[in-house]
Amino acid sequence: MYTKDGEKYFIVDSHMHYWDATPANWVKGAEQYAKGWIECFHAYQSLGPKETHWTIEKFEGYTEDDLMKDVFEDGHVDIAVFQPTYLKEWYTEGFNTTERNAALGEKHPGKFIANTRFDPRDGDNGLDELRRNVERYGSKGLKLYTAEWNNGSRGYKLSDPATYRFLEAAQNLGIKNVHVHKGPTIWPLDKDAFDVSDVDHAATDFPELNFIVEHVGLPRIEDFCFMATQEPNVYAGLSVVIGGLMHARPKFFAKVMGELLFWVGEDKMTFGSDYGIWEPKWQVEGFVDWQMPDDDELSDYQKLTTATKKKILGLNAARLYDIEVPAECQLATVPSAREAEDSAALVTES
Amino acid sequence: MTVTSTETVVSAALAALTTVRDPELDQPITTLGFVASCTVSGDGQAVVRLRLPTFYCAPNFSYLMAADAYDAVTGVPGVTAAEILLEDHFAAAEINAGVAAQAGFVASFDGEADGELDELRAQFIRKAVMAGTDQVCRPLVDHGATPADLANLTLGAVPASPELDRLRQRRADLGLPAENESPLLLDPLTGNRIPESSVPLHLRKARVTQAGIEANTSMCTGMLKARYPQGWTT
Repeated sequence: MYTKDGEKYFIVDSHMHYWDATPANWVKGAEQYAKGWIECFHAYQSLGPKETHWTIEKFEGYTEDDLMKDVFEDGHVDIAVFQPTYLKEWYTEGFNTTERNAALGEKHPGKFIANTRFDPRDGDNGLDELRRNVERYGSKGLKLYTAEWNNGSRGYKLSDPATYRFLEAAQNLGIKNVHVHKGPTIWPLDKDAFDVSDVDHAATDFPELNFIVEHVGLPRIEDFCFMATQEPNVYAGLSVVIGGLMHARPKFFAKVMGELLFWVGEDKMTFGSDYGIWEPKWQVEGFVDWQMPDDDELSDYQKLTTATKKKILGLNAARLYDIEVPAECQLATVPSAREAEDSAALVTES
Repeated sequence: MTVTSTETVVSAALAALTTVRDPELDQPITTLGFVASCTVSGDGQAVVRLRLPTFYCAPNFSYLMAADAYDAVTGVPGVTAAEILLEDHFAAAEINAGVAAQAGFVASFDGEADGELDELRAQFIRKAVMAGTDQVCRPLVDHGATPADLANLTLGAVPASPELDRLRQRRADLGLPAENESPLLLDPLTGNRIPESSVPLHLRKARVTQAGIEANTSMCTGMLKARYPQGWTT
């Protein structure tokens, strides 16, 4: 929980990691890919405040103690959602697996939600693994990284028939939330790997599932916004947006937030620190202090209220994951416009 | 060839490289800092080293920039041969070999691509048209232009600006009308005029496209500087 000016914010970090990218975990013969991946992530960290930068050595293998301190003790986070990324072609034991996350989560009951994942190219074995993970770890959410390399393939789409088979299975197992992360490769390679139209198809065909598009579809926020405005079950995951822009590029951060508030709306935006890329502390504190600047160029973007910030920092994700929010952190119960209308209609009818 | 004339050829090669754009960001690779070096030997052999913001920048866009750089530099008088070396990239070997052999994208990524990159390029020029529409229309709206005004405006009636020139160029690249009498607002996919009732939404779409490109450009620039902290001349 974070308290500022008498307001209490319940913080759900809906997108974070516990990875092992140390050289000992690099696949022999694929070292350049493992090294390239973690160095790329490390460069993203440089977009945060200088005093939060880590050495590459710490970044490759931060410890359990680092994580617990950075995320919970210092970072104000109440509940953190682990989002696995396997990358087993490059990392022998996986970069950030369900098992590794859950092992840490089991030591700290009530602190973490362990999401799992699938790869539609894994066939029946992948379905069995998904079932085992959901049963063992109680996962309610999935993280899907469509640019993952797998046995000669450089990616997949959510609209592939094989993916639909997995989404159906996941839904039957009780999965509610699907976090989608786009990357630079896809099959075939001549198509735009960052395109989000496959999420649009899946969101239409699986209305019971929520699709949280991480880093709000960056670098394709326009496509994401057009889609999210039409699909009630599509959410904007703010990982990378706050971490990568709020400090380094405040003006562009303001524009991106303004666009998201317009197209997607404050009820469908969720905070994620993307830890260990960025620590949550400066992101949470900075976002609570942040306001749409009084700038002519930004004048028709919405200003943020305290309620907007509470929703984005935790209440929206708490709803997606059925997390109980302490009464002191909930919004004051002001009936929404529609409820007020309904009440008025009842009064009129009676 | 004398030293002086080699320098002239290098200057001409660098000038040619300013015509090569990052298709996603719609800016010259020279402005973005993607050209690490450009040299020309005494017998006219040019070597251009390219660097990108990340090891994993998308291979299709990376290929387009390398191939366009090859075409630009080989067209320079005095250049007898050109080598493009994309560095520190997961697909550098395929891209560099494919560009050197003039093999095309499909052959360079054997079995991994269905087609060449023309449609991908067109898709991003359409985005550039939308972003350019925002840049050109925003000042007009600030000066009181209504949706009806904008729906009826022609390109020739808009005050001259670099943004307008760029919008016209991108439209011409797509084969869309770009003459003085052409409408200011049109759908970049169909070429149809935007009716007055659709102007507000069209402008909203243009604005979010511009905001997206700006955010991406700022992030790519930040990543490039983190990756190559030395050697910044711009």
